[in-house]
Amino acid sequence: MNGVIWPPDAPDVRMMGRTDMTAQSEVLAGPVLPKAPTGIRGLDEITRGGLPQGRSTLVTGGTGCGKTLLALQFLVAGARDYGEPGVLVTFEESAEEVAANVASLGFDLDGLQRDGLLAVYAFRAEQTDVVGTGAFDFSPLFLLLDDALTRIGARRVVLDTIEALFGAFEEQTVVRAELVRLFRWLKDRAVTAIVTGERGDGDALTRHGIEEYVSDCVIALDHRIQNEVSTRWLRVVKYRGSAHRTNEYPFLITAGGFSVPPVTAVTFDYGASGERISTGVPWLDQMLSGGLFRGSAVLVSGSPGTGKTTLGAHLIDAACARGERALLILFEESPDEVMRNMRSVGLDLERWVKAGLLRVWSVRSAEFGLDNHLAIVSGVVAEHTPAVAVVDGIGSLLVGHSRGEVSLMLARKFHLFKDRGITAMATVLTEQDGETAMGVSSRADTWLLLRSVETNGKRRRLLSVIKARGTAHSDEVREFVLTGHGVKLGDVSAPGRDEEQR
Amino acid sequence: MTPPREAGAGTGGAARQAASAEQTWELRLYVTDRTPTCVRALANLQRACAHWLPGRYHIEVIDLAENPRLAAQDQIMAVPTLVKMRPPPILKMVGDLSDTERLLVSMQLRPGPAR
Repeated sequence: MNGVIWPPDAPDVRMMGRTDMTAQSEVLAGPVLPKAPTGIRGLDEITRGGLPQGRSTLVTGGTGCGKTLLALQFLVAGARDYGEPGVLVTFEESAEEVAANVASLGFDLDGLQRDGLLAVYAFRAEQTDVVGTGAFDFSPLFLLLDDALTRIGARRVVLDTIEALFGAFEEQTVVRAELVRLFRWLKDRAVTAIVTGERGDGDALTRHGIEEYVSDCVIALDHRIQNEVSTRWLRVVKYRGSAHRTNEYPFLITAGGFSVPPVTAVTFDYGASGERISTGVPWLDQMLSGGLFRGSAVLVSGSPGTGKTTLGAHLIDAACARGERALLILFEESPDEVMRNMRSVGLDLERWVKAGLLRVWSVRSAEFGLDNHLAIVSGVVAEHTPAVAVVDGIGSLLVGHSRGEVSLMLARKFHLFKDRGITAMATVLTEQDGETAMGVSSRADTWLLLRSVETNGKRRRLLSVIKARGTAHSDEVREFVLTGHGVKLGDVSAPGRDEEQR
Repeated sequence: MTPPREAGAGTGGAARQAASAEQTWELRLYVTDRTPTCVRALANLQRACAHWLPGRYHIEVIDLAENPRLAAQDQIMAVPTLVKMRPPPILKMVGDLSDTERLLVSMQLRPGPAR
């Protein structure tokens, strides 16, 4: 009941508003499997709809990785949003501790229990007082679960951390046999379960090898410190019978709980818009046969001082003048600096901020992990709902992060914008990164290059359109003049074409 | 019904042995239905008590099948589980109690020297 059927043309998924995941190359892989949504959007995207319905999923990771939180969110979402009551059996904390830990995230475990949507049982699995000899079994656990299944109609079960049982009983072979029996029991009753495990030494997924018994779906969580920034990672190690994404994805533990930022889709099925919007620079619109496509991505690369930020400011100014909302993310300057600089070329961005149309956010790239950054952007986008977003100075993200990580994050960020029909512009210093611009250029629909040349003892800025998807664009190089009234483009007579790179 | 959670203070050897000479052993055996293991555990326990604690023990058999939620309340994950309530300290032992020597030593069912 209430499972999500993949592919997403099933009504359930549409109901949840997740129509963006139509990756055709992956949908066809494997039979259609019923899924139980976790309510964690990014995770449901990665797993193509959620955890395997009626099966057990192993969530493994080190201490403090967020296993318990993921599991609880799955239970709460089931009870609250999907009509699937749940039961939690914890072997690590007291019921009060569990409730207190998640209360700050807005999860009212007590309330759900009062409403008969959730049952919480806590065992302190310590060996100190148990001296085990001879045959025994875990029937009390089975009876307790069975009681919850019949009493509140539980369809979801979380056992956290089941591996604690190995520490509580001497007879490991009995524990192992009983766990096998327990997993089979859960499967027979078609409940969707999350079983958590502790990461073992080296590459071992769990300390006691329980991944052998929970074979339908395995999710590994990790927590690493890179360049003094802590990042959390999630990976679907295995998902039997279902296509899923296999990359490692950053996730966050935020005020709202476990959060996996949206993922780069393999598809480019965004429903391309035919509408053109102005860049705010009339001549540039002309070069682009009428402006940028709404919802497209623009890359502006150029050497220092060529006017990249100004171009972005024009795009924002034009959008706000149309009454649209805009977002400006700054990696190199403070909002004040940019406001002042733009005023000097005749662009008053401050009035748009005051009017509530423009949101400016300045980030020191080393301050956040990339995942945090992406999650915050995602949050701002959801809250501010901009029509235009400008990300200024993406090259500085390379400080403290590898190219691959930055490239992946930017790809995800552009996907996030595109997904919501936001026209996005990113600026990057060419000197920092040549013209590949961290792999972004291939994702950009339009690529503008700014250069400066010296002719006749005068420094001149030049603009050329390197590419513009779906547009007959000008091959010309235009002079780009920063005046007190913004950018003006002019004809270029002198500069040699031989400099131009295609 | 709920057993006290804290172990008693009397862990000192000599004092406990002196006291235990007059005390009654209160024992609880948690079972689920009458499974062979549980039946065997009860038989093993009764035999040991009859031999070592004649007339000075009381066994309460608690069937968790009748009240599954008692398992969480009394912290019983496995059956059979024997809990020695008195004399202190409270001790738990899981299994069919077939190892009599271990039962006697671990659960201090003997008035004589333990361990």
